[in-house]
Amino acid sequence: MGYDCVVCVKQVPDTANITGDAMKEDGTVNRAALPTVFNPEDLHALEAALDIRERFGGTVTVITMGPPAACEILRDCLFRGADRAVLVTDRRAAASDTLATSYILSQAVRHLEKFDFVFCGRQAIDGDTAQVGPQLAEKLGLPQITYFEQLIDLDARSARIRRNVGNGWEILETRLPVLITVLDTANEPRPPAARRIMRYKRAQAPVELSKAVADELPDAADAQREEETTRRVKALRAADLAIEQWDLDDIKADLQWCGLNGSPTKVYRIQSIVLTKEGHTEIPATKDGVRRMIHELIVDHTLG
Amino acid sequence: MIEPNRKGEVWVFAEQEDESLNDVSLELCTKARELADRLGVQMGAVLAGWNVRELSYRLIAHGADRVYHVHDTRLEHYRTMPYARVMCQLITRHRPQIVLYGATPLGRDLAPRIASEMRAGLTADCTDLDLGDYEDKRAKTTHHNLLLQIRPAFGGNIIATIINPDRWPQMATVREGVMRMGEGDARRSGEIIDEKIAFDDFDLAVKLIERHREQRKVNLKGARVIVAGGGGVGSKDNFKLVHELAGALGGAVGASRAAVDGGFIGKEHQIGQTGTTVRPALYVACGISGAVQHRAGMEESAKIIAINWDKDAPIFSVAHYGIVGDIGKVIPMMIEAIRERGTTD
Repeated sequence: MGYDCVVCVKQVPDTANITGDAMKEDGTVNRAALPTVFNPEDLHALEAALDIRERFGGTVTVITMGPPAACEILRDCLFRGADRAVLVTDRRAAASDTLATSYILSQAVRHLEKFDFVFCGRQAIDGDTAQVGPQLAEKLGLPQITYFEQLIDLDARSARIRRNVGNGWEILETRLPVLITVLDTANEPRPPAARRIMRYKRAQAPVELSKAVADELPDAADAQREEETTRRVKALRAADLAIEQWDLDDIKADLQWCGLNGSPTKVYRIQSIVLTKEGHTEIPATKDGVRRMIHELIVDHTLG
Repeated sequence: MIEPNRKGEVWVFAEQEDESLNDVSLELCTKARELADRLGVQMGAVLAGWNVRELSYRLIAHGADRVYHVHDTRLEHYRTMPYARVMCQLITRHRPQIVLYGATPLGRDLAPRIASEMRAGLTADCTDLDLGDYEDKRAKTTHHNLLLQIRPAFGGNIIATIINPDRWPQMATVREGVMRMGEGDARRSGEIIDEKIAFDDFDLAVKLIERHREQRKVNLKGARVIVAGGGGVGSKDNFKLVHELAGALGGAVGASRAAVDGGFIGKEHQIGQTGTTVRPALYVACGISGAVQHRAGMEESAKIIAINWDKDAPIFSVAHYGIVGDIGKVIPMMIEAIRERGTTD
């Protein structure tokens, strides 16, 4: 018995603490210049899965799609209790919008043998779209329950779940497998466990190992580096410390639906909002000052 | 996905609950009417439910030429999959060029499911919509009159305009309260088309067991303008100024924890980490020093005005406009300036 849970997690730029060079000249986001964090609501998704495993038995697998640096949050998941971590990384996945992302994630989830629950955070703080969860559900042909707050009941074939709908709540009964998006009010994510940090801090994905080898052996021939990387990957696997790494071929993704090709939405224009975190417009506390401010707010359509 | 269809209608998904329409649907009708007129096409609304046909007339009054009405007991209360089935079948049948949804918890649950099944583009949480041409330099073609889907992105630090050139319909969810709602014209005429939708077992796989709705006493989440007061307001009596300014701006009243703890106003108005998180178009912070817990609940507001006598108050660090002064003087000046605008427009 037990339930196999998959949790989709995302490493995101820390949009709450944006610095000056966040935007590139071409209007795209300069991700390299930004500190990254574990998308907050994904931590609650992970906690919901860990809670099911604790109460009913089963497994928790975390999947992230992103650059190699996203391994950082996969290790964080291992520290907090995940059994297995998968990095889906491929340059051809770059520039995917929510539809292409959900397609790629659906192929990755299908690549797992078996699952009863797929958990996602409700939304990610870099886009705030809340679209990937429902789109992933549709791509997997699963029912979806968004805004999860509480698991009421669970048996072998169905689950009763309470969801928050903003102006109230409802309890739904769904068959399994099901996709669930989790709110930050659902639970209190557990912190990383010291014992697990000691064990899993060495967990790495092949792409990280190959980079480490390249740094350590700058003068070695390619073949030699490759050999050394293979050796280290094998050693990590033997120690059960390998973060699995899949590319689009591994998950049999149709490239037509990935990256730019698979993204129906395009960015037409980006305008930076003048960051006033350090310098706001000072309005004198006079009739004229206040009138001018109200006028500006009408002109920029904030009012009216 | 459907092929671009220049004659396609502009559609609104009419969100109703317990036989009453959500305001955002009427706001969208007003906007959709304007877009349809500019495109020279008809405007349609999709109304699904059980015994809600009467609501069609309000949709028509607010601009719909056609209401696609689906009457089915299985649609009495919203559930994702049957509603998605309704929309996907109707979109395939009638090929609208634009479909708009309110960015409500319901709309944000439904629209992405539809977008995925239709393999169409969807932009979340738009704050404005427009039409414009797009020159695709690689394909050397120009797309005329695409829907420009405008939204804040990246934690509100940028404004992105998104388009959906070739995989239609062009779809967007739009924030509540950002579009103007027209007054509605009861004399407008329109057509009500009764549609039949086929459901399969999978569509009905999720059952509603229990349902609870609360009266929305304070609608902070949906407010386009919020005027909030803090400990610096001084007393419950002075807090009336905050209510008056909110009234003049047509906004909701919020409060910091200090104001709630001080007994100036009820806890349901509290904004911040332990209260409600808001991101209105305009946030006016009156006598709020701006502790980090409060800022966390409001700093994503599109525009922030801070009024405080203390020029070093941390609230100014997130403000777009800062007024150092006594709120007892500044708020009446603001109310006057807003009323003046009302008479000169």
